[in-house]
Amino acid sequence: MALKRYVVGCFDDEEVLFPAVKKVRNAGYKIQDVYTPFPVHGLDHALGMRETSLHTAGFIYGILGTTTALAGMGWVFTKDWPMNIGGKPNFPLPALIPITFELTVLFSAVGMVMTFCYLCQLAPFVRKHHFHPRATDDLFVMAIECTDRTNVDDLKGFLQSAGAVEVNYQVAESGWWFGRYDVEPKLYREENPVIG
Amino acid sequence: MAGSKPNQMHLKYESQIREPLVDGNKDYHQITEDIIRPIEAKPSKLWYIGFSISVALLLFGVYSVYRDVTYGIGQWNLNKTIGWGWDITNFVWWVGIGHAGTLISAILLLFRQGWRTGVNRAAEAMTIFAVMCAGQFPIFHMGRVWLAFFIFPYGNTRGPVWVNFDSPLLWDVFAISTYFTVSLLFWYSGLIPDLATVRDRAKTKFRKFFYGTLSFGWTGSTKHWQRHEALSLVLAGLATPLVLSVHTIVSFDFATSVIPGWHTTIFPPYFVAGAIFSGFAMVQTLLIVVRKVLNLQEYITLGHIEAMNKVIVLTGSIVGCAYLTELFMAWYSQNEYEAYAFFYSRANIFSPYGWAYWGMMFCNVVSPQVFWFRKLRRNVVFTFFMSVIVNIGMWFERFVIIVTSIYRDYLPSSWSYYYSPTIWEIGFYLGTFGLFFTCFFLFAKYFPTIAVAEIKYVLKTSGENYKERMDKVEEQKVEEFAHDYAH
Repeated sequence: MALKRYVVGCFDDEEVLFPAVKKVRNAGYKIQDVYTPFPVHGLDHALGMRETSLHTAGFIYGILGTTTALAGMGWVFTKDWPMNIGGKPNFPLPALIPITFELTVLFSAVGMVMTFCYLCQLAPFVRKHHFHPRATDDLFVMAIECTDRTNVDDLKGFLQSAGAVEVNYQVAESGWWFGRYDVEPKLYREENPVIG
Repeated sequence: MAGSKPNQMHLKYESQIREPLVDGNKDYHQITEDIIRPIEAKPSKLWYIGFSISVALLLFGVYSVYRDVTYGIGQWNLNKTIGWGWDITNFVWWVGIGHAGTLISAILLLFRQGWRTGVNRAAEAMTIFAVMCAGQFPIFHMGRVWLAFFIFPYGNTRGPVWVNFDSPLLWDVFAISTYFTVSLLFWYSGLIPDLATVRDRAKTKFRKFFYGTLSFGWTGSTKHWQRHEALSLVLAGLATPLVLSVHTIVSFDFATSVIPGWHTTIFPPYFVAGAIFSGFAMVQTLLIVVRKVLNLQEYITLGHIEAMNKVIVLTGSIVGCAYLTELFMAWYSQNEYEAYAFFYSRANIFSPYGWAYWGMMFCNVVSPQVFWFRKLRRNVVFTFFMSVIVNIGMWFERFVIIVTSIYRDYLPSSWSYYYSPTIWEIGFYLGTFGLFFTCFFLFAKYFPTIAVAEIKYVLKTSGENYKERMDKVEEQKVEEFAHDYAH
């Protein structure tokens, strides 16, 4: 990953944040992300993000679970070890439904959570740069990535005029790295931060 | 327009008729403070006392189980006729209790019941602990517990001999392990953002490490929240039929047999209603204490307690209907064995277990009817008392179903008169209480007992101070409102 330069604006109300997002985007700045303490509905659309496909992934995992359950039990009961239980059929579909259902749910849930963690890069001992410690408390933190044409002071002033209560400039690692939260991060320093 | 009157703009709106879900004058930071302060403070004396009692009970349970494993199931007072006694009663009881958490978080999420935000986190934790307790009973009932892995289908060296996928007991294995896993994932994925909040406030090195590790590097990014929302919604959609399926499958353990009193098609809905009934009662028992001790009355309000009491009176009445239907069917079916099970073994108060049946009837059907009165629904002390009564009643229900159906079988010479537990059976049961409360005490001390992010999310629609502001909005004309608030 690489170090990047950001101008960070903090808002204390989502009702100020929304128009600010609009303004910043209209002015042509590139919003890296907005960090919020709770899910603000509609913010993803305001930022121009596309819908997540996590549901589709969940559906596929579910189908996989159904298939695994039916194929597994079918193979055991018809091929590997067929048993005559009171002359009943070897593939008694109604009796297999509870386990099929449970495995569908299990595969779907476990698969989705793992996909979620993968997509969001969430795991123990994963560290990321936090633009503001209060982003998980009461601040809505907008990080705007600087390009070589960005005038930092102008942008700061612009954010303030849009209602930001706190504005600052940070050079930060844009990705994640392995680390612990009780140890201060010692990152490699590049002489010239990569300018996106 | 946007910047002109920022503090009056509202993105969401909820009817004024609805009670506020968050009392007092709150803002986002205050919510964080109120909920996370107990985690950062030293535990109180009361916590240490409660925790010590729980650990003591747990140790007694461990010793009882040790005796059970060493000397065998003969330590319990089961016999050939009454092969399922306290252990399976306790199993079904705990599984039933473990239904409220996922019901609150999943079904009430799909029904868009705002009040779930105050109670869901603790209820989900309770669910997980209750399912952990439930699992102990069938596992140790196996006797040779070191062979417990035989219940899972795997390519073994004995043939391979497979498990019987047609058996309801195996369905149970799948249902309960799936339920446990999904509840755990649901609970933990919801907990991650709140753990990040605790992490970002942490002052000590240990806390930074502990919550830093547990919160998986959560930043609160909009994209992550979007996925998180999608995940919660789909997990809720999956967990909803799952909750209903688990107790359905537990009831199949009985319903698919040919024993009078068990062999009924009414069991699945009846068991599910009973599970929700007892689960909500346990949530009440715990949360009434938690809100007082952790000073969270503004988040778990009387409105929350009332809502749960409404669920209790509804599900209690469903259970009551089921009891009466069973009696009716025992008469209507003209089956003498069925009639014997219901009219002699159960409903006859002078039969050996008549007291248990009528105790159950009183606790589950008669007593919850007091919750038709609003005053009693909103009375905290009375609710606490009733929640304990309900759980005693639900324990008796399982005991009645299990023991009264099998203590007199088709062969009078094998009838067994009276089944009373040994001290080690009771010890095992008490031990699961120890496990349950030890886990719950640790949870209440080290984890946010209320979903912080979700409370923040509903604050502006359902917070008391925000609702008051909306009074003025309600007086406005529609055209004016549309003009002022259109984006």
